[in-house]
Amino acid sequence: MSAQPVILTSSNRQQTRAWISRSFTGGTFLCTLAGVVALSVLLYQVLDEGLARLSKDFLTTLPSRFADRAGFEPAIWGSVWVMGITALLTIPIGMGAAIYLELYAAKNWLTRFIQINIANLAGVPSIIYGILGLALFVRAMELQRSVLAGALTMALLVLPIVIIASQEALRAVPSSLRDGALALGATRWQTIRGQILPVAMPGMLTGVILALSRAIGETAPLIMIGAFQYVPFSPGGVADLPDCASWSDGCPLKSRFTVMPVQIYSWAARPQEAFQQTAAAGIIVLLAVLLSLNSVAIVLRNRYQRKVKW
Amino acid sequence: MAIAARNRPGHDPYALTGNRTRDLGERVIHGLLLACALLSVITTLAIIYVLLEETVGFFQKVSFFEYVTGTKWSALIEPRSFGILPLVWGTIMVAGIAGVIAIPIGLGAAVYLSEYADQRVRSILKPTLEILAGVPTIVYGFFAVNWITPHLQDVFGDRVGFFNGLSAGIVVGVMVIPMVSSLSEDAMHAVPQSLREGAYGLGGTKFDVSTRVVIPAALSGIVASFILALSRAVGETMAVVLAAGSTPNLSLDPFQSFQTMTAFIVQVALGDAPTGSIEYQALFAVGMTLFVMTLAMNVVSQLLLARYRDVYQ
Repeated sequence: MSAQPVILTSSNRQQTRAWISRSFTGGTFLCTLAGVVALSVLLYQVLDEGLARLSKDFLTTLPSRFADRAGFEPAIWGSVWVMGITALLTIPIGMGAAIYLELYAAKNWLTRFIQINIANLAGVPSIIYGILGLALFVRAMELQRSVLAGALTMALLVLPIVIIASQEALRAVPSSLRDGALALGATRWQTIRGQILPVAMPGMLTGVILALSRAIGETAPLIMIGAFQYVPFSPGGVADLPDCASWSDGCPLKSRFTVMPVQIYSWAARPQEAFQQTAAAGIIVLLAVLLSLNSVAIVLRNRYQRKVKW
Repeated sequence: MAIAARNRPGHDPYALTGNRTRDLGERVIHGLLLACALLSVITTLAIIYVLLEETVGFFQKVSFFEYVTGTKWSALIEPRSFGILPLVWGTIMVAGIAGVIAIPIGLGAAVYLSEYADQRVRSILKPTLEILAGVPTIVYGFFAVNWITPHLQDVFGDRVGFFNGLSAGIVVGVMVIPMVSSLSEDAMHAVPQSLREGAYGLGGTKFDVSTRVVIPAALSGIVASFILALSRAVGETMAVVLAAGSTPNLSLDPFQSFQTMTAFIVQVALGDAPTGSIEYQALFAVGMTLFVMTLAMNVVSQLLLARYRDVYQ
């Protein structure tokens, strides 16, 4: 930041110019504050409406036709399952793609094409991924409105974001590390696994967590594949996973499901005031989850920045 | 032999070692990683294929001319009519209002963060704007219905419907402010300090330097951020579904209910349209329209971004 220039004013014109400059400063500051104010009003509104409705019962009961008895449990477990599978699918594939693009790919037309394609995919509206999931996973692959169909859809949605974030983390690793390992006779993969990945991993994980936390709040794509439904049960537990080998009905991945944002939508779309309060309580839970995920990402990033000094 | 080859100047440091198992492993890993990267290309092809397949079926029943010029949209209720213009107009209305809010505020915030804020203020304000970007859109929709609309009704009276385009536009505008501010700030940050100092040397005030030097120099990046924000507003779904309602409408009055393209897609999905029915196919035709519109905007903004990167980086 350069020093504020000294303005020697004697004439009116110079005073006017100084005045314009000062009001401009104030104006831009107000613009910056506008975002902060909007966020505060929004949080206040949600807390004011929903805090009274929040209780242990709310987290552990089933949804209901009656607003004062409606609970969030199936939606919470639905989110846990969908996001868990999404993470399992995206982390290896996203990081793999990033490693390929940063450390393997030659600078040719194919690489440029893949890179442009990923940037474009990141800008495709999420509802389009919902349409893809509906046609491909729900109808063509006949997965119906299952947890697996939801997770596959979300995986395609967050993949471009995970790839871009992982590439940035890989780019931050100094090339001297790679050169050193290669000079000692390591193969390309040995260099990547032994030297580059350990350094880049915290940065990559930060990106992954931020991408997933965006996915937790996504509503539209899951409405498209049919998560908007009355689901009076949770998908089941980890102990039921063996049922998935035969794709029988006990398998949690085959279960019908709803997720937190979709359940919130189904409450918020009702005109009754009591359901608006229930929706607000759901939003508080959702925001709390997002906030804790973001804190984990920030802690991870800070630790990584402190530890590694070149 | 392998070592001798490696010592040749200009030799590829990644050359395979000549050890057969190791080389095989390297090739397998290379192939797996390439497959991961290619999955993104397959995703794009799948999106286009899925949209095209049903859209072609749709246009066998509805004439393309009627679709792009018709002024009445009634896909779910007889007598059916498939003129896309009301949905496009609803989308433009919401995205336009969002732009009117987000572009000046986002640009102002970017100027403040890039040209005025000291390190301490920046370190507080920037993460706050990032939080704003991370709030789920369904939360914005709830906020629009429960706070913005009632306040609009207080100010403008009964003319304001429970569902209205203005409330949806405002909330989408707030949602995309961080997009405009952060991308524009990046562009301004890339402007070399020497340009600013030259302008100060000629006696410019901070206002002169910001508006006549920094903003013009960063213009392509700034415009790219506007286009990206508008594209995001066009594709925004849940906030609009909750706040603007589902009435296809060609009205100029922002206090009325509108249906955007995204809101129509959700409306069909909430019902249970059987595969092959005309409303199911209409969903894909509208999806295709949305996809083409947002893709065009994204491509333009990327070309602009590439331009400012070429100049200053």
